[in-house]
Amino acid sequence: MSTTFRASLLAALLGAALPATAEDVTIGVIYPLTGAAASTGLELKNAAQLAADLINGTEKSLALPMVGGGGLPGLKGAKLKLVFADHQGNPQVGASEAERLITQEKVAAIQGCYFSSVTQTASQTAERYGVPFLNDSSSSVGLTQRGFKWFFRTTPNDELFVQNAFEFLKDLEKRKGIKVKRIAILAENTEFGTGAARLQEKYAKENGYEVVEKILYPPKGTQLTSEVQKLKAAKPDVVFQSSYLSDAILSMRTYKDLGFLPTALLANDAGFNDSEFLKTMGKDGNYVISREVWALDLAALKPVIGKANDLYKARHGVNFNGNSARAFTGMIALAEAINRAGSTAPEAIQAALKATNLSADQLIMPWGGIQYDENGQNRKGAGIIVQVQDGKYVTVWPAAAGTKDVVWPLPAWEGR
Amino acid sequence: MLLLQTILSGVLIGLVYALVAVGLTLIFGVMDIVNFAHGEFLMLGMYASFWGFALWKLDPLFTLPLTALLLFGVGAALYRVVIRRITDAPMLSQIFTTFGLMILFRGLAQYFWSPDFRSVEGSVLTGKVAFAGLQFGLPQVVAALGAVATSGAVWWFLRSTRLGAALEATAADKEAAALMGIDAQKMFALAWGLGAACAGVAGALLSTTFPIFPEVGASFILFAFVLVALGGFGSVAGAFWAGILVGVVEVVGGFLWDPAYKLVLVLSLYLLVVWLRPQGLMGKA
Repeated sequence: MSTTFRASLLAALLGAALPATAEDVTIGVIYPLTGAAASTGLELKNAAQLAADLINGTEKSLALPMVGGGGLPGLKGAKLKLVFADHQGNPQVGASEAERLITQEKVAAIQGCYFSSVTQTASQTAERYGVPFLNDSSSSVGLTQRGFKWFFRTTPNDELFVQNAFEFLKDLEKRKGIKVKRIAILAENTEFGTGAARLQEKYAKENGYEVVEKILYPPKGTQLTSEVQKLKAAKPDVVFQSSYLSDAILSMRTYKDLGFLPTALLANDAGFNDSEFLKTMGKDGNYVISREVWALDLAALKPVIGKANDLYKARHGVNFNGNSARAFTGMIALAEAINRAGSTAPEAIQAALKATNLSADQLIMPWGGIQYDENGQNRKGAGIIVQVQDGKYVTVWPAAAGTKDVVWPLPAWEGR
Repeated sequence: MLLLQTILSGVLIGLVYALVAVGLTLIFGVMDIVNFAHGEFLMLGMYASFWGFALWKLDPLFTLPLTALLLFGVGAALYRVVIRRITDAPMLSQIFTTFGLMILFRGLAQYFWSPDFRSVEGSVLTGKVAFAGLQFGLPQVVAALGAVATSGAVWWFLRSTRLGAALEATAADKEAAALMGIDAQKMFALAWGLGAACAGVAGALLSTTFPIFPEVGASFILFAFVLVALGGFGSVAGAFWAGILVGVVEVVGGFLWDPAYKLVLVLSLYLLVVWLRPQGLMGKA
C-alpha cells in the first residue's frame, strides 16, 4: 500500500468520523520575502508555516497548545491555511498587501511584519478594516502606544530590551567591578533604529552614563566609513547598535578595517541575530553581545525548546533563532485565540485575543507567558542577553538563565 | 589626521562608484539607452567571484579576468537577444525593458542562489594597509586600484585604438559611421559587453568586502546614475572624476556633519551641478 493511498484512506476515515467538514481558516502572513532582508523573511515564513503544519497535523509529541489537534477543534477541526505576502521592506507595499489580504483573500487575521516601519502601516490598514493583527516580531515601542483596538503584540518591545541592557551593565559592575562610563549609539534611521536610539539615550542618562555620540545612519548604504570614523573619534566604552543584516555585516567589516575596537558591542538583535550574520562574519562575529528573545541553550532549562528546534532543523537545516522562534510562537498564540473564539468573525477573535492567557510552559520562549494589556502589548515578555562565543549565541544574562560567563572586554581583531 | 584618513576613505569607495558608472555611461553614450539592469551586472560579477571561490577555491583576484570575460559575454548576448529589438523603440519601452531585466535578474538570482547573504572568506585579500598613522582595509585599496586600472584601460581603449575610435564614431553619429563602413550592430554589442564587464569587474573587486546577495546592485546603482548625470552623459572621464568627488563628499560630509544627511549632501551637489551646468561636469553642451 503506497503512503499516499494510506494517507488518503486515513483522511477519508477521519473525515467520516467528523460531524461536518469545516472550512479552512485563512490567515494572512506578511514578511520581507524579497529585498535586502529576504533571508530573514524566509526564516520567519518557514517558522510560521511549521507552526501551522503542526497545528493541522496529528503528531502530539510536542507539548505546546494546539499542536497535534488535526486543525482547530473549536472550529470543528478547521485547518489553518496561511497566505503569504511580501512587503519588500517597504511600508507602502506592506499596507497595500494587508489591504489585498483582507479584501481579496478574506483572511481572518494577519500576522507580521518584522520591520517595525511596515508593521506600522500594515496594522493601520487592518485597524481600518477591523481585522485582528498579530505582531510577532517588531519591537518599536510606538506600535503599542497608538491606542489601536485590533493590534496585539506577543514580543516584548524595545523599552524592555533597553532596560535589560542597562540592568546587564549594572549587574556587571556589581558582580565583576566592570565600570562603563562612555556610551555611543549607532542606529539605522527608520522606525526601528530611531526608536531604539531614543530609548537608549534616555535610559543611559537616567542611569548616569555619558552618551558621547549618537549616530543615525541611512540603511542599505554602500559604506559606513563616516559613521565608524565618528565613533572612533568619540572613544566610547560601549557601542549600542541597531542595524539590519547588510548594515550589521558592513559595519563589522569597517570596524575591523579601520581598527575600531570598543570595550563591548551591545547589539539590538535584528541583523546581528540573523543566521546569515555569523555564517558571513566567521570569527570576526565572535564576542558580539546582543539582546535576544531566544537562544538554543535555553533548551537546557525548558526541554520543549529543544524538541521544537529539532523539528525546525529537520525541515530547514538551521536552528531556530530569535526571529523564527517568535514567528512560530506568534502563530501558535494566534491559532489558540481563534480556536477559543470558535468562529472566524473578527469581533470574536478580537475578544479571544484580549482574553489570551498562556503560561510560561506553553511557549518556546523564555517569557512568563502571553497576556495582553489594554494596548495589545504582551505584559509577560522578557528578554535575555546573549554573546557570540565560538560561533554560537550563548546566554550570558540573566545569570539564572545564563550558561556561560561573558567575555569582556572585546579581544583584539587580530589573532582571534 | 582623522580628516585625511576620512578623505582617502572617500576616494577609495568613490573609485569603485566610478567604475560602475563608467560602464553605465559607456552604454548610454553609445546607444542613448538607460540601463536599469546595470546594478545586476555588478551582482552577477559578485556571484561569479563567489562561486569561483566556493567551488574551486579560486581567489576573486585570480578569476577577475574570467569574470570580466564572462560579463562581457552576458552584456553582448543581452544586446543580441533583447536590446537590439528596442534600439529604435520609444524611450518608455526602453525603460520598461531594462527595468524588467533588472527584476528578472534579481528574481533568477534569488531563485537559483537563494536570498542568503554570501561572502568570500579567506581570500588572499585580507588584512590592512597602514602607513603614516593611516590605515585601510587591503581589499578596499585593491578594489580602488583595480577600479583605476580598469577605468583607465577603457579610457585608453576609446582614445587610442581603431576599435575605440569606431565606437566613439558610432556614438557621435550612427548613420555617418555606418557610411564609413562601421558595423553599428557590432559596436552596440561591444558597448554592452564593455559596460557589463566594467560592472562585473567592480563586482569582483567588491566581493571580498561587501556581502553578496541578489539585491546588492540596488545600493550602487543610485550612485552610478548620479555620476553619469554629474559627469556628463556619455563621458567616461566625467563619470570617473565625478565618482571620486561623490565618494569624498559622501564620506567626509557624513563625518563632519551628520551621517544621516550624507545622501542629502551627494544629491544636493548633484542638483547644484545640474542646475549650473546642465550638461554635467565634462559633458558636451
